[in-house]
Amino acid sequence: MTAAVRAKGAGKTNVDRFLTVLRVVMIGFIAISLVAFIAQQIAPENPFAEWRHGDEGATRLSWAQYRGLLVTGISQGAMYGLIALGYSMVYGVLGFINFAHGEVFMVSAFTGFIVSTKFDAAGWWEGAAFFPAIIITVALCVIVSTSTAVIMERVAYRRLRGSPRLIPLITSIGVSFFIQEAVRLVFGPGAKGYPSNPDWLEERLPWLGIEVKKLVVIIIAAIAMAGLWYFVERTKTGKAMRAVAEDKEIASLMGIDVDKTIVKTFAVGGAMAGVAGILWGILFRSVINTTGFLPGIKAFTAAVVGGVGNLGGAMAGGVSLGGAEALGPLMILEPWGIPGVSQLRDAVAFTVLILVLLVKPTGLFGERLSSEERA
Amino acid sequence: MSAVTASTGMPTAVSKGAFDVDWRQIARTGGLLALGLVFIALTGMPVGLDERTVIEPWLSLGLLSLTFLPFVLGYTVGHEKVLEGVAAKAKGARDVVAGAAVGALGGLGLSVLVVLVDNFDLRDPLVNWSPQLVEMLSFDQSVGFGFVAWIAISGALGAAGGALHVLPHQVRRAVVAAILAVLLTAIFESFLTDVIDQLEFLYASRGGLTNVWAVVVFVVAMAVSLSGGGEKLGERRAAYQAASGPAKNRQTALFIAAFSLAMIIIPLVTGKITQELMANVGIFMLLALGLNIVVGLAGILDLGYVAFFAVGGYTTAVLTSPNRGPDWPSWVPTLDGPGGWLIALAVTIVMAIFAGLVIGAPVIRMRGDYLAIVTLGFGEIIRLLFLSDWLGGYFNGAQGITNIPSADFGIFEVKGTDPRSVFYLVMVLAAISIYISWRLEHSRLGRAWMAVREDESVAEAMGINTVNVKLMAFVVGAALASFAGAVFSAKVGSIFPTSFLILVSIVILVIVIVGGMGNIVGVMVGALGLVGVLGGPKQPGLLQEFSEYKLLIYGALLIWMMLNRPEGLVPNVRRSRELHQDEFLQDAWLRGEVDRDESTTEAEASANLADGLGTNGGAS
Repeated sequence: MTAAVRAKGAGKTNVDRFLTVLRVVMIGFIAISLVAFIAQQIAPENPFAEWRHGDEGATRLSWAQYRGLLVTGISQGAMYGLIALGYSMVYGVLGFINFAHGEVFMVSAFTGFIVSTKFDAAGWWEGAAFFPAIIITVALCVIVSTSTAVIMERVAYRRLRGSPRLIPLITSIGVSFFIQEAVRLVFGPGAKGYPSNPDWLEERLPWLGIEVKKLVVIIIAAIAMAGLWYFVERTKTGKAMRAVAEDKEIASLMGIDVDKTIVKTFAVGGAMAGVAGILWGILFRSVINTTGFLPGIKAFTAAVVGGVGNLGGAMAGGVSLGGAEALGPLMILEPWGIPGVSQLRDAVAFTVLILVLLVKPTGLFGERLSSEERA
Repeated sequence: MSAVTASTGMPTAVSKGAFDVDWRQIARTGGLLALGLVFIALTGMPVGLDERTVIEPWLSLGLLSLTFLPFVLGYTVGHEKVLEGVAAKAKGARDVVAGAAVGALGGLGLSVLVVLVDNFDLRDPLVNWSPQLVEMLSFDQSVGFGFVAWIAISGALGAAGGALHVLPHQVRRAVVAAILAVLLTAIFESFLTDVIDQLEFLYASRGGLTNVWAVVVFVVAMAVSLSGGGEKLGERRAAYQAASGPAKNRQTALFIAAFSLAMIIIPLVTGKITQELMANVGIFMLLALGLNIVVGLAGILDLGYVAFFAVGGYTTAVLTSPNRGPDWPSWVPTLDGPGGWLIALAVTIVMAIFAGLVIGAPVIRMRGDYLAIVTLGFGEIIRLLFLSDWLGGYFNGAQGITNIPSADFGIFEVKGTDPRSVFYLVMVLAAISIYISWRLEHSRLGRAWMAVREDESVAEAMGINTVNVKLMAFVVGAALASFAGAVFSAKVGSIFPTSFLILVSIVILVIVIVGGMGNIVGVMVGALGLVGVLGGPKQPGLLQEFSEYKLLIYGALLIWMMLNRPEGLVPNVRRSRELHQDEFLQDAWLRGEVDRDESTTEAEASANLADGLGTNGGAS
């Protein structure tokens, strides 16, 4: 509201001027970098590249390298998107950031580790037996993560309805911490390795050169997303969720059980994070108690990039963030001759968040929030 | 809420005997207790903390981690919401029965766990599923003994907790005070014996209170409480709060003088470990004081506060250490001579203010919750930059900056190896920070901060430039954090990116919240209680054995505080009114100061609240 008033020219403060400069500088920087990057791909010996990279000149990337980066980025982004759905839905309904949502994802990845090692010990994690095993594993992961999300809501958040906005956020930070530490203490510290995937998952497709497991991740994420879209847009429960997101009081007057609908929202978000968790396990084959933290925050970033409350936006935001994270360091930072750009991947993801909030705070695809939550 | 219960005051109850209890409530609480106990057992706390004895030889901290819960839940199961116009049930044997039932149910959970652990091997995912757990839970006897023992112990503790309800109010308080006194005497063992060597007679040679002295402490504490010691303290506090003008100022001055004297004397008589501990507490107190301004006064949830700590630490390190990165131009001096540290500190503050402006300006317009996540992102970006190869030529990446000289003031030197001097330095800086916070809180700017915290739109309508005011909070907070960073780098002598994890921000946030947002004394209490007893992110506290579990406890504490006491242990009066608005409204309504019914709109309600508080003179 305040921003809109000011945009009409009610007098600019120094902060406004600073922000304008910042926006221009950041966008200008990105534009110059992109131009430099393209120039470097066409002619590695151009003056800019020689200035920044010195005598050895800039490197030119092959098509296979791009493809590899892009596919990695998109498959990771698909998982961010799945997690982001939970953030987005909860934010839409309750208007607070469930900081602990990343832990739901981590719990699922941990469940996946436990179940898959048990299957592996029984010799089920390879050959034809892999299919029933993976289906059971996914089911268990989804059940565990859904229950985690529901219990979280019941224990910590339900009593905080209607409290000032930051109180549930701070609580969820506590929940996040508690779950992380509980997992560390109960299951032991250190990274846990998944059993090795069946060979066909690790192979590359003959004609595209894409790793099968990354393709599988993208496909499963797309299916889960489609299922969720159907659930929210076409079923009665989904309608109730949208109604509660729009206005809780009116929804309850229309005969919707608001508490139950909120629980369902948490459950569905948890299930999506559960799918993401097991996909993460298959993709990276390693999980530790802090696994949920960074993907959680990046998923929130994805939700903001796509527009909070907007489910399609969350998925698109996730994929774009994944892509930006994979290609950004190379396309934006590398042309300047910055060494070790891959270390700055996470920093790039956070910069995307800041940039989106500065330039287009409602996200690329627009927010869908009720008026009270937008305030 | 208090007034609601108080004003009823006439429980016209009919007791139907000892078994007139709410069995569903018992089953639920008992089930929760069982789950909680099994969880605690599986986190490894009982076994891990078994070495630290509280009362020699029978009560260890590990055993305590299992036994406090039945007692507490046995007490809370008897809690009843006393509603206006509904007769409350009389207290009596039924409370004891309910407590015992809950305790026994919970104990059953542990009993079943003993049998399961003894018979099945689930050690693969569950690391604490071990024979040691069986040994501990069955008291080195047979498993059957353990099975029966836990139901009995937990039931008895639950009954004892329930029995607390039956006791008259004063006796109940005395018992609780006595239990706390015994626990605190045991926890503060190393501190007390460090300050006064002669106190060693209280403790057994292996640590822990001896039986005799435990009883003595219990009885003494109970006697003090029964003789009205606690009430007198409460009266003194109320009198202090009610006082105004020169009388209050005199009392405040006296209190500050006494506190400062204690702070000067204690390090002189204690050993190195305690001094080190106090120095750590001091550094976190400095950080918490800064965050208190941002979160407590201005209401901005800054989760990346560690960024300013890092900027402070790295700036000082770069300016004083000969081992800084090789790429610094030669005009950046190495100030390792006498007095150099003060110049470095001045530069550090300037740098922190600059960082506060740069980080603050883009985020200040955002919604509160977005701001939290974005600041968290900034905190992480700053750490990643210090860690990166790109700036490795300046900050040495993961190797960090080592050989940071001690803070040399010419007349005296504050060495990292001498925690006492560090403590004094921290205390001087803390005194400055406290003075700044206190003056700011009561200044025009401070009032503007609080207005922004309570309602930004209204504050703006009142003519406050909310953006500038919030930015000021950011900047002041950053400057105070840089104090801590400067001391930290001089104390430790080397800094690494891993010293500035997000974890640090969260721990500082917990300190501020547990202590009491917006209250300077609260923040000090929080730092002492949390960092002093449990320990900081990497620094051990008095309960060194807890270092493994302290983050779990921090998390649980944060949740518990937010659910039950969001205003903190030592609340800021205005803040707690905001958080309990409904209850104040209700109180005012019950006193007949608000004569509208519940159907008033929110706007009217707050107007009524204002009336109610106004006529009440704000004394609650």
